[in-house]
Amino acid sequence: MTPAVIDDTTLYAVLAPFAAAVVAPFLTRWLKHNAAWPLALVPALIFAHFAGFIGPVSEGQTFVAAKAWAPSYVVNFSVYVDGLSTLFGLLISGIGTFIILYAGGYLKGHPQQGRFFSFLFLFMGAMLGLVLGNNLISLFIFWELTSITSFLLIGFDHLRAASRRAAIQALVVTGGGGLALLAGFILIIASTGEIEMSVLLSSPDIIKNSGLYLPIFLLVLGGAFTKSAQFPFHFWLPNAMEAPTPVSAYLHSATMVKAGVYMLMRMHPLLGDTELWTTVLPLFGGVTLLVGTILAVRQTDLKLMLAYTTVASLGLLVMLTGTSHEKALEGAVLYLLAHSLFKGALFMVAGTIDHEAGTRDITKLGGLRRAMPFTFAAGCLAGLSMAGLPPFIGFIAKEILYYGTSNIGDLGQLGVMITVVAVIGNALMLVIAAAVAIKPFFGPPVDTPKHAHEGPILLIAGPVLLSVTGIILGLIAHTTGVLFVGPTLSSLLGEFKQIDLHLIPTKFNAPVILSFITVGLGIALFTQIDKLRELIAAALKAIGWGPDKGFDQSISGIVSFAAWLTRLVQTGKMQTYMLLTFVFTAIAVLLPGFLTGSYPAMPKLPDYRFYEWGILLIAVLGLIAVLVARTRLTAIVSLGIQGFAVALIFMMFGAPDLSFTQFMVETLSVVILALVMTRLNLSPRDHRSLPARLVTGVVAVAVGLGLTLTLLAITQQPFDRTLSDFFTEFSRSIAHGRNIVNVILVDFRGFDTLGEIAVVVLAGLCVLALIRIRTRPDPETEPEPQSAQTAAKQTAEVR
Amino acid sequence: MRTVIFRTIAPYLAALMVLFSIFVLLRGHNEPGGGFIGGLIAASALAIYGIACGVASVRRAIVFHPMGISGFGLFIGALAGVLSFFKGQAFMTSQWLIFDFSGVEVALSTPLVFDIGVYLVVVGAIGSIALALEEREAD
Repeated sequence: MTPAVIDDTTLYAVLAPFAAAVVAPFLTRWLKHNAAWPLALVPALIFAHFAGFIGPVSEGQTFVAAKAWAPSYVVNFSVYVDGLSTLFGLLISGIGTFIILYAGGYLKGHPQQGRFFSFLFLFMGAMLGLVLGNNLISLFIFWELTSITSFLLIGFDHLRAASRRAAIQALVVTGGGGLALLAGFILIIASTGEIEMSVLLSSPDIIKNSGLYLPIFLLVLGGAFTKSAQFPFHFWLPNAMEAPTPVSAYLHSATMVKAGVYMLMRMHPLLGDTELWTTVLPLFGGVTLLVGTILAVRQTDLKLMLAYTTVASLGLLVMLTGTSHEKALEGAVLYLLAHSLFKGALFMVAGTIDHEAGTRDITKLGGLRRAMPFTFAAGCLAGLSMAGLPPFIGFIAKEILYYGTSNIGDLGQLGVMITVVAVIGNALMLVIAAAVAIKPFFGPPVDTPKHAHEGPILLIAGPVLLSVTGIILGLIAHTTGVLFVGPTLSSLLGEFKQIDLHLIPTKFNAPVILSFITVGLGIALFTQIDKLRELIAAALKAIGWGPDKGFDQSISGIVSFAAWLTRLVQTGKMQTYMLLTFVFTAIAVLLPGFLTGSYPAMPKLPDYRFYEWGILLIAVLGLIAVLVARTRLTAIVSLGIQGFAVALIFMMFGAPDLSFTQFMVETLSVVILALVMTRLNLSPRDHRSLPARLVTGVVAVAVGLGLTLTLLAITQQPFDRTLSDFFTEFSRSIAHGRNIVNVILVDFRGFDTLGEIAVVVLAGLCVLALIRIRTRPDPETEPEPQSAQTAAKQTAEVR
Repeated sequence: MRTVIFRTIAPYLAALMVLFSIFVLLRGHNEPGGGFIGGLIAASALAIYGIACGVASVRRAIVFHPMGISGFGLFIGALAGVLSFFKGQAFMTSQWLIFDFSGVEVALSTPLVFDIGVYLVVVGAIGSIALALEEREAD
C-alpha cells in the first residue's frame, strides 16, 4: 500500500524534545526537581500523538511526512510511520515519560539536574528521529546524534575517570559503527538511486539485485552490531553503567541499544532472508546471548547484572531476526516489547534500591520487601515477565519464539542449535531475574549502608506502571497482537499480516515442553548461583583478556603510534623543516618535466634597454652578496637588494601594484629578520660545515631551476585571455573601479580575499603565541622567527 | 638605534606614513594601492615608531591590542559581505552608494568597507608580530 501523506504534526513531534531540552534548565532552576512533572508532559503528548496512529497502522496503513532540508542534495527531514516505527515511537515516548519523572526523583537536589534533563530530551529527540527517519541521510544524522547524546549522558558524572572512559568508549564504538552505516547508506543511494526508506521498501529486491548486496550488508551490520552491543562489541554497554540510573534505564531498555535491532528489523525486507543473513545474524546473536547471560551470572552488582542481560537480550533479538522465519520474527517483536517494559522497570527498581538502601550489591541486600513494598511489587512483576512466566507478556514472547525456532524446518541443524541456545539463554535469564528481582527483597533484613525505606512517588511511579503494563499486555494478549505485534511484524515482512495471540497455549506442543525445560533448568541453576558465579569468575580469570581490555590496548596503541610518528616528523629543528619543505618543492616542480620529458624551449635573449640590464645586474649582485656575506645580517640585507631589484622589474613591466607590495614586503622582511636575529642571540656568522652547505646549496639550485623551468613552460603556452578580457571589460562597468588588480581582490574574488585575511589573522595569532613561549632552553632551535618571516612572505605571495 | 635624531623624527615619520597608508588605501580602487599595501605601510610605521621610541609608547598610541585591530578588520570584512543578504543577493555581492557631496562625487561601497577590513587585518597582524619581536629585544 502506498503511504499516505500527512501534515507536519509528526515532524514537530520529533522536534518537540529538542525544544524541551532548551527549556528544561530554566524550568529546573525555577521549580527544582518538581520540574519533572511539567517536563514529562512533553513525551506524554508525543505518546498521545503516536497512539493516534495505532488504529490506522493496525489496518495496514502507512504514512509519510517531509520537509525540505537541503533540497539540492535531496536531503529531506522526513518521517515514515508504519507498525515498526509506531511501536518504537510509543516505547521511546512512553518509557521516556517515566524516565523524566524518575530522573526528577533520582537526581533531586543535584546542581546539574537541569542539564541532565536537557541531555535526556536531546537523546529522546534523536531516538525519535532515528526510528521515524525516512530519508537515509537525515536518519543517519539522528543515528549519530544518539551516539553523541549518549556520550553526554554516560559521561554526565564527568568528574569521575571511569565515567569519562565509559563515555568515550561508547562514543568510539557506536560512532565508529555509525560511519560504517553511513558508508552503507551511501552505497544504497548510489546503487539504487533512492534515498527515501519508504520508496526502497516498496521494491524489496532492489538492493539484493543491485550487485552491491554484500558490502551494503556488511556495512549496515557494522552499524547495527556496534549500536546493539553484539559480541565482540558488547563491552561498551556494561561500562556505560557508570551513568546515573535513569540513563541506564532509558538507554538500555527501549532506546539506544535497540537502535541496532531497529535497523536490522527495518532493513529486513531489503536485506533479509538471504543465506548470508540467516547465517551471520543467528551466529553473532547466539554467541552474544550466551556470552551476555554467562557474564551476567558472574556479577553481583544489580545494574551490571541487568546490563549483561541486556546484552543477552539483544543477542536473542538479533538471532531471531536473523532466522527470517515468520514465527521467530513474531517472537522477536513480542520479546522486544516485553524486554523494553521489564528492563526499564528493573533498572529503575535497581536504581531505587541503590538510592534508598545505599548499595547495589546483591550480596549486601536482603529482606527489603517490608521497607519498600511498591518497589518490591514492581520488581516482582517485572522479574516474572523477564523470567518468562505466565501471565506476563514475557511469557507469550518466549512461547512464540520457541514455536518459531522449533519450526525452522529449512534451517535444519541451525534451527536446532538456535533452539538450544535460546533455551540455555532463557534459563540463565530466569536465574538473573530471580537474583535481581527476588533476592534483595526476601530473606531476613540485612543492614544496608542507608536505612532503607520506600522511595518518593517520582521514583516508584515509573517501575510500577511499566511492570503493570507488562501484565496487562499479557492479559489482553489478543488485542496486543492485533494492535502492536501484527503491524510491526508486517513491517518486518514487508507485507500486511494479522496475527492471533493467546495467553494460554492452545495445544500442548513443543514450545510448552521447551518452556518447562527452561523453567526447570533455571530454577536448578538458581539454587547453585554462588557456585556458578565462582566457576565463571575462575574461567574468566583463566582467559584473562577480553574486548574491553582490547579496546584499551588499541587506544593506547593509537596514542603511541601517534607519538612515534610525531617524533619522527617533528624533529623540532627549523633547518630540517625548511630543508624537507624545499626538497619536496623541488620534487614537485621538477618531476612533471622529468616524467614527461617535455622541457620548455630555450627562450630567445630579449632586446632589453641598458637600464633594464642594469637592474638585472643589481639583482644578480645582490644574490652574490648573499653568498659571499661574512655575517648573517649582511646576508639578510643583501637579500633585500635582490628583492628590491625584482620590485623594480615589476614596476617597469607594468605591474605597479605588485611592485608596490614587493617593496613593502621586502622592507618588512628585512626589518623583521633583523629583529629576530638580534632577539635570538644567533651567532653573527654561519658555522655550518661544508657538506651541510653543499646539501642546502644543491636543494636551493634545484628549486630555482624547477621554478624557472615551470615559469618558462607556462609563458610558452598560448595565453588564454578569457579572464583578463572579462576583468578588463567589467571592472569599470560593474565594479566601478579602474584598478583592475584591486577590483579583483576586493570584489570579483573578494571571497578568496576573505579567506586569506582570515589566514593572516590566524598566522598573526600563532606567531604571537610562539614568540611568547619561552620554554626552549636552546634559542638556536626556536622555530618562531622563520614563521614570522614566512607569514609575511606568504601573505605577500598570495597577492 | 635610539639616536636623538631618529627618536625625534620617528613620531613625525610614523604619522606621515600612517597618513600615506590611508591615502593609498582609499585611492586603491582606481589607482595602484589598496588595503593590503596600505596595511603594510602602516605596519612599517608602527615598527619604526617602536624601534625609535619603545614598544610601550606604540601600544599607548594605538590604544587597542594590534591583534584586536586585526580581528576587528576580519569582522567588518565579513560584515561587508553580509549586507547583500538584505537585498536577497548572494554573499559579498557589492553594494554601491554614489552621491554628490558639495560638487564632489562620493562613492561609498561594500568593497571599500571590505578593503578597510583587509587594511586593519594586515596592520594588526604584521604590526603585532613586529611589536612582539621588538618587545623581547628590549628586555
